Amino acid sequence: MRHIISLLMENEAGALSRVAGLFSARGYNIESLTVAVTEDPTLSRMTIVTSGSEAVIEQIIKQLNKLIDVVKVLDLNDGKFIERELMLVKVKATGAFREEMKRMCDIFRGRIIDVADGSFTIELTGSGNKLDAFIESLDKSAILETVRTGASGIGRGDRILKV
Amino acid sequence: MEQSSKQYTGAEILIRCLHEENVEFVFGYPGGAVLNIYDAIFHQDKFKHILVRHEQAALHAADAYSRSTGKVGVALVTSGPGATNAITGIATAYMDSIPMVIISGQVPTYAIGEDAFQECDTVGITRPCVKHNFLVKDVKDIAATMKKAFYVANSGRPGPVLVDIPKDITAHLHAFEYPETVQLRSYNPVTKGHLGQIKKALKLLAEAKRPMVYSGGGVVLGDASEYLIKLVQSLNVPITSTLMGLGGFPASDKNFLGMLGMHGTYEANMAMQECDVLLAVGARFDDRVIGNTEHFLSNPRTIIHIDIDPSSISKRVKIDVPIVGDVKSVLADMNDLIAAEKPAQNTEALAAWFKQINEWRGKKCLTYVQSTEFIKPQYVIQKLHEVTKGDAFVTSDVGQHQMWAAQYYPFDKPRRWINSGGLGTMGVGLPYAMGVQFAHPEAQVACVTGEGSIQMNIQELSTCLQYNLPIKVILLNNRYLGMVRQWQEFFYENRYAESYMESLPDFVKLAEAYGHVGMRIENPSDVEGALAEAFSPKLKDRFVFMNFLTDQKENVFPMIPGGKGLSEMILAENL
Repeated sequence: MRHIISLLMENEAGALSRVAGLFSARGYNIESLTVAVTEDPTLSRMTIVTSGSEAVIEQIIKQLNKLIDVVKVLDLNDGKFIERELMLVKVKATGAFREEMKRMCDIFRGRIIDVADGSFTIELTGSGNKLDAFIESLDKSAILETVRTGASGIGRGDRILKV
Repeated sequence: MEQSSKQYTGAEILIRCLHEENVEFVFGYPGGAVLNIYDAIFHQDKFKHILVRHEQAALHAADAYSRSTGKVGVALVTSGPGATNAITGIATAYMDSIPMVIISGQVPTYAIGEDAFQECDTVGITRPCVKHNFLVKDVKDIAATMKKAFYVANSGRPGPVLVDIPKDITAHLHAFEYPETVQLRSYNPVTKGHLGQIKKALKLLAEAKRPMVYSGGGVVLGDASEYLIKLVQSLNVPITSTLMGLGGFPASDKNFLGMLGMHGTYEANMAMQECDVLLAVGARFDDRVIGNTEHFLSNPRTIIHIDIDPSSISKRVKIDVPIVGDVKSVLADMNDLIAAEKPAQNTEALAAWFKQINEWRGKKCLTYVQSTEFIKPQYVIQKLHEVTKGDAFVTSDVGQHQMWAAQYYPFDKPRRWINSGGLGTMGVGLPYAMGVQFAHPEAQVACVTGEGSIQMNIQELSTCLQYNLPIKVILLNNRYLGMVRQWQEFFYENRYAESYMESLPDFVKLAEAYGHVGMRIENPSDVEGALAEAFSPKLKDRFVFMNFLTDQKENVFPMIPGGKGLSEMILAENL
């Protein structure tokens, strides 16, 4: 099953490679991994999307907790949570494509953030599924380039991950 | 606690940290990046620096110092090749959870990343085989980092911690202040077990019809031996131990079934398979211990697992009653509960269980056929046990000789059996014996080895001369990489690919060339006399290298073939 794991860790050089190294050394899947510093500059927050049986997920959580730099780990799937991902898509915008792309962007509530003679760059935010659906609905030949951030997640309501 | 505004170099600060930690020995090898540190060592005499002949041996010696004393082992190596040579030693300690602090030199901070001479990314290379590591980038961080390193290495589930220090940092000046305490918000190992779980475990054990205790290296590392003995005796339950746990429970006790696992005894493996309640203490259900997990689980049993590392619990086998905590503390709580509640046991079922176990014992699975022609390796170990009155520290390398030492030298005390269980590192035996002998200068130290393993760190014969270490090497020389040969015989139709050792050196001359006593023993009738002589007062202060030419075709039994279950053992043909 797909799980989203959030963790807080010391904002120190090498902390990211400890987490990434753990996943590769133990053969765990990483679908995506995002990391950035938090409002407390000594802490980084990471969101890892992974998948595995319940036993594997349990081991992943335990192994993450065992890393000395990791302060707190939360399996977002243990409760209600929100997941968002940002995607930038550069699409062909010539001839009939120009109107078509504008319309698709509106339907998915994206924004055109760069306009050039032959192309648009569209910014789209949502769950991974929504971003997948957008890509699916475009004519393949119109897609010039895509870049995705990977998912960020946060618990709903009172579910707060803090030191 | 020293506190002043006096300025010290980074190297002097580092040395003072080691003094604050009451370090007795630093095992190491100098080089460019650690010259400032070595100069600071030259100016002190609170700890002794031991000069090895290869960095790998420094790590193993520091590791064995720790295994035999319980204190943190300390090693010092230079950058680049010094650090890469140390990797095998670090990984060996990591797999067996040995507390160590390794200090490695690094190229100056301004040269890092420029492919400087003797530069390597030591923190990156060691990351997967240390409990934690640090790169010190400022002289003012040395003291706090060293304090953290010792704390992390020796708390929770112990392990090696590496501190990488660039050369310029060891020359910079700063005041010295060693922190009295250390707190890490991200690291707070649990030591006290959950009382509810402990009560539940005790009830299960008391009501069990076929209870069994399985103890591992955690009992030795956690100094929990006396608590385990008390528990086993008050509940009168059978107990087995892993390779790493040997000595954690006295082998001569009537409840002890011997070692379990791939080369464990028939009775231990059968009881492990057939029990209905299993108490695992500081053990991790390793593949060499329980064999095939599916086969293991095919017989239902309730499993209780005490371990300080939550990730060890339910890793390979689902645990019914997990107890996270320090084994000593949890066992003490269990003993207190037993004393207070005196739980009723199913004595009738227990008697039937012991009757079954005694039937299994009746197989006498460690019987071997004695020979007047060839020296049997098992016989050498038995005689070693007799001659040393069972009171030696025994180190071993990896292979057949290791298993024979584990099977035929019963250990009654913890920290006497020193070997590489997890990583299975050939070449540890001699440097392990060095580390033990430094820690226990008056003790009898025997290194049981093979002609393959001993040649992997043979250069340390020179270190043994420099420090007059009276180690006795027991070389079981069968001219084969014996364990490889055994697998080739069983599973590769006798195709002995590269397992025969040709052109062996004359070990007697080699020992003599290094200034030691060498002996060659070819006849079974000479074994006992030779051992008696080696351990006699006459040679008490000498390093003795005993080359026993043993039976080439002897195999280790019982044996569970890879992928098979605990009760699927191959026994010796004579049984």
